Amino acid sequence: MVHRIEIGPKLGVNDARGNGVVANVRTFLHMDVSACRTRSVYKVHADLTADEAERVREELADPVIQDSALGRLDAPNFDWLITIGFRPGVTDNVGRTARTAIEDILGRKLADADAVFTEAQYFLVAPSLAREQAEHIGTDLLANKLIETIRVQAADEWRAAEADLSVPLMLGEPSREVRTVDLQVSDDELLRISSDGILALSLEEMQAVRGYFADPARVEDRQALGLGPSPSDVELELLAQTWSEHCKHKIFNAEIDYTDATTGEHTVIHSLFNTFIRRSTEELREKCPWLLSVFHDNAGVIAFTDDWSVAYKVETHNSPSALDPYGGAMTGIVGVNRDPFGTGRSGQLQINVWGYCLGSPFFDGKLPEGLLHPRRIRDGVHKGVIDGGNQSGIPYARGWEIFDERYLGKPLVYCGTVSKMPRLVCGEPSEKKYVKPGDLVVMAGGRIGKDGIHGATFSSEELRSESPAQAVQIGDPITQKKLTDFLLEARDKGLFAAITDNGAGGLSSSIGEMCTYSGGAVLDLAKAPLKYDGLDPWEILVSEAQERMSIAVSHEHIDEFLALAERREVEAIVLGTFNDSGKFHIKYGERTVGCVDLDFMHDGHPTYRLKAVWEPRSHPEPELPAEPDLNRALADLLADLNLCSVEKKSRCYDHEVKGLSVVKPFVGVNNDTPSDASVFLLDYGRPEGIVLTEGILPHYSDVDTYHMVASCIDLAVRRAVGTGASLDHMAGLDNFCWPDPVQSDKTPDGHYKLAQLVRANQALYDYTTAFAVPLISGKDSMKNDSTRGGVKISIPPTLLFSLIAKMDDVGKAVTMDAKCAGDLVYVLGVTADELGATDYARYVAQQSGRPEAIGNHVPQVDAERALAVFRAVSAAVSGGLVHSVHAPGRGGLAVGLAKVAFGGELGITADLAKVPATSVCCLRDDQLLFSESNSRFVITVAPGQREAFEALVGAVPFACIGTVTEAPRLVIAGQDGSTVLDADVMELKAGWKATLDAI
Amino acid sequence: MPSDVRALIITGFGLNCEAETSHGFRMAGAAPEQVHLNDLLDGQRALDEFHILAFIGGFSFGDHIASGRVLANRLKHRMEEPIQRFIADGKLVIGICNGFQTMAKLGILPGLDGDYRRQTVTLMDNDCGTFRDAWVHLAANAESPCVFTRGIDRLYVPVRHGEGKFATLDAPVLQRLESEGMVVFRYVDADTGEPTDAFPHNPNGSVRAIAGICDPTGRVFGMMPHPEAHLFVHNHPQWVRQRIAGTLPAEGEGVAIFRNAVGFARGELL
Repeated sequence: MVHRIEIGPKLGVNDARGNGVVANVRTFLHMDVSACRTRSVYKVHADLTADEAERVREELADPVIQDSALGRLDAPNFDWLITIGFRPGVTDNVGRTARTAIEDILGRKLADADAVFTEAQYFLVAPSLAREQAEHIGTDLLANKLIETIRVQAADEWRAAEADLSVPLMLGEPSREVRTVDLQVSDDELLRISSDGILALSLEEMQAVRGYFADPARVEDRQALGLGPSPSDVELELLAQTWSEHCKHKIFNAEIDYTDATTGEHTVIHSLFNTFIRRSTEELREKCPWLLSVFHDNAGVIAFTDDWSVAYKVETHNSPSALDPYGGAMTGIVGVNRDPFGTGRSGQLQINVWGYCLGSPFFDGKLPEGLLHPRRIRDGVHKGVIDGGNQSGIPYARGWEIFDERYLGKPLVYCGTVSKMPRLVCGEPSEKKYVKPGDLVVMAGGRIGKDGIHGATFSSEELRSESPAQAVQIGDPITQKKLTDFLLEARDKGLFAAITDNGAGGLSSSIGEMCTYSGGAVLDLAKAPLKYDGLDPWEILVSEAQERMSIAVSHEHIDEFLALAERREVEAIVLGTFNDSGKFHIKYGERTVGCVDLDFMHDGHPTYRLKAVWEPRSHPEPELPAEPDLNRALADLLADLNLCSVEKKSRCYDHEVKGLSVVKPFVGVNNDTPSDASVFLLDYGRPEGIVLTEGILPHYSDVDTYHMVASCIDLAVRRAVGTGASLDHMAGLDNFCWPDPVQSDKTPDGHYKLAQLVRANQALYDYTTAFAVPLISGKDSMKNDSTRGGVKISIPPTLLFSLIAKMDDVGKAVTMDAKCAGDLVYVLGVTADELGATDYARYVAQQSGRPEAIGNHVPQVDAERALAVFRAVSAAVSGGLVHSVHAPGRGGLAVGLAKVAFGGELGITADLAKVPATSVCCLRDDQLLFSESNSRFVITVAPGQREAFEALVGAVPFACIGTVTEAPRLVIAGQDGSTVLDADVMELKAGWKATLDAI
Repeated sequence: MPSDVRALIITGFGLNCEAETSHGFRMAGAAPEQVHLNDLLDGQRALDEFHILAFIGGFSFGDHIASGRVLANRLKHRMEEPIQRFIADGKLVIGICNGFQTMAKLGILPGLDGDYRRQTVTLMDNDCGTFRDAWVHLAANAESPCVFTRGIDRLYVPVRHGEGKFATLDAPVLQRLESEGMVVFRYVDADTGEPTDAFPHNPNGSVRAIAGICDPTGRVFGMMPHPEAHLFVHNHPQWVRQRIAGTLPAEGEGVAIFRNAVGFARGELL
């Protein structure tokens, strides 16, 4: 039976959650709600005695601030009640915890089938609200219909009704159906099978699959196992997951016929990955002896000290976040946590990073049918990563947001995690995992449900109306925390030698990859623990239900491993055995439901052959005003969505847990100005620091992705060096998010988009080798398009270049904010006429009514000159000669100087005539101020250090352009000596904060 | 020399400040030990082995239902007597953030009239409605019997919580906390040094700006902000400025809390 417990704040107690709803309804939905009271409902589906139910009610509620009742509490004055519950089968984390709590309270175990289901209630006081408006609040603010149910009741309806005792039980019959999929059909039919099944396999791939299973040499062996000449659904799904773009990176491994139309040059590239990314790292291997494990594991590993190595991985979770921003993004962060956790012999999770590319939260145009409003996406994505990261006890180091209408269709949700590993685990190198034939296949953590089925293949397609709801998973950080705590304990006892995570593709991918270490495996899907009945074997194999790791445990250790798991309340189950048969053999009980050669699984997919043609696109040049209002331009740019403060949301992320933060995400005298790079101590009582930063400049892609990538790398290296990172111990991660670059009817400009990808990779090779920053890990997401309501929206080609570096002594770190009045302000590096695709160019273009006039002079990077500047700055920082260092990026020197000033809440007086500039032509004042030329620094130096500093940096272009002043004004003289900009720094700062502080 | 003072840090179920809390005790000269809650519940380890018990920060059971609630219930039903005995023996208990929330809900704070079983105070949703990570200025109450804060006047440490607003069952409870010196820390305005209701100095809207309280003996103590997140001088958000000004101190401000605890234990509990 169902016992309903309702808990709500006592009368007179502040209801912060309700107040938040009121504020959001007003500012986002523009409706009038005067008050909102919230309640939590627990529906306990279990046989409790009346006395037991009463005890549970009493102990779940807080006697100080809450009222509670069995059944229903009295209703306050209200007009509408909105009740939000979960749909059947959706993860209800609070419900699961409540079940545990009830067992503690009653001192007995509940039955297996018992469960607790939670609901949230919102009692709205809003006399003028119509029912449709209340429903609108439910649909567009409080709930996501894909995973939640919404019930709207008027006050009189609620009073007339009985207490609701319905529960979203997942009722499924035990199922073991395995179908054979007949592939001896026409090409059209093959494509239909792929599309309907969300297999995301091309015709060539479907034909390759057909050929493999029908091969006469194989038929007899298959018959012996009870399998036919066509694949079972288990086998077909296994291959679709393994061969998904998400897992096999087919575009990055394609053979590309590349033509540069500007030169007429024609080349054939055999794998972008091998040609540009892997080659860069291989060539740097000798220079960088600290590279321990790159590309092949879940995260790249570099040595840090004699005792510790560090693993880093950044992922995107775009498609799920488009459908369910909260669940999708939470899965993004807790999912990427499992990558560096499941690297080598397992690493402890230290630091998270996040960054999002979104549509404007203030978007007021017409959204294509089916897309969520970008403000909802933003709020949900933040909340998901906040909850996931905070509850896992991992501080964040870096956070950023970029806005563009082209991210309306698919938001980009980047999440990354750094782990650290002792160099040796039980005397063996921690970055190496091994599996011996005979070791047992163990799965530990959460149970398997229908959630996350087809995540890997679905993210390998464009977003369409038929995109499956079940591709969305909801993370459960606490189950994962228990799991990771337990596994680190087991690691240090030497109870396993190989581990990997269950992410995309679920078991099909984790065991499919891990069994290549031993050479095969037998897996019994019937042993897998399920959340509920009703899953077919193929669903068990590919479900991406969260919080699961796969581990290889030897017979010698299995008893101790399982016993420890039980003591830590972690579910761990033996699902099979690793062997060296060369096959992935899948059973359901005694019956064989699939058996595929590892060779075919991993190398049998046909190589793509694609074409790319580079024809640069020309944009009209912006018409720079004859007499620009630079005060206004600077204030407007600082308040622009892309340059403004994102502190309000960022403060909801924990950045201090573990007590190792040294240079925080926000610095300055008021802790409110973004740092160039963040620094965390590696360990307690040690001086070494982990430096993290990034470069992401997708708007440059509108001109040339080559320079976009070059600029990202330059910016990241500058930020790290200026903060104190060692130039000799720096590694990079590349995360590509691209619009579909394969030419087709849907993508008529595929040749161009693929050429953009080629050029991006060329730059990646050129600049990582030039700067000796090896790539250690990366990921690509190649289908960031959305076709809904007949409208196709494609993202601009976007690369996130994440950088991790070492510093030997964090005590030498420097922050970007001005420190002392009287300090000298220097600019290092050369400013050029590089306004193309910059924020100022876009601003001028918008102002003049020609938004397309973004220009073509996109910032470029001269690697040799850049490196000289980096070295000079590195020497000045480590020599203790500087008070602040800032790497100006978007908005150029003007925005950079403003941030340095308001970081310290001081003023700056500067003279543009002194700024080192290219000698080829005379630049205008606004070009000097807003050009986003690379390889530049703004540095403040105490007057007493002037000579030492200038002597040290003397070889590179530099100039002292002004001084830091006590009065907080930014005063800039133009090249003719007149004052061209004079602004109150605190006003600039207030405007910079106001934009996103409001929501 | 192996340390004589033994500090117990309970871990598991989403708690997550074990490393830094242990290090704080280590810096103060104690021997900290991290023990999984289940190892205490099943009797493999016992509270009696220790002089100091730390309920650490984190998200025990995900803060589901309410912060600290599920852990408090588990302790109440499965470990109540050892905890009561620990307190009765005059040993030290500290709760930080989730630990404070747990102690409040378990009823071992504030322990009015020797009753360590009844809940009379709580930590509830921040008025701002969200989790917040920000450094705050605290002023310690010189009149408090709290043994953890002796000699501390001001403390600069971060808060990191969504449910940190301190509230009492009724006015008399609040009145007694104040009049009997059981209010240990208050949030203060950085400039004036005065307790404040104003955000962001008071980050959560706590009544009377209360950030931490103790029991009448001063040996049981809980606070929302995190002293264990300021063990090193380089944790201070303004340390680069302090370095330039030549005012970088010898150690992080939070260490004093641990030194006081270990010093007291060494003097009174060995």
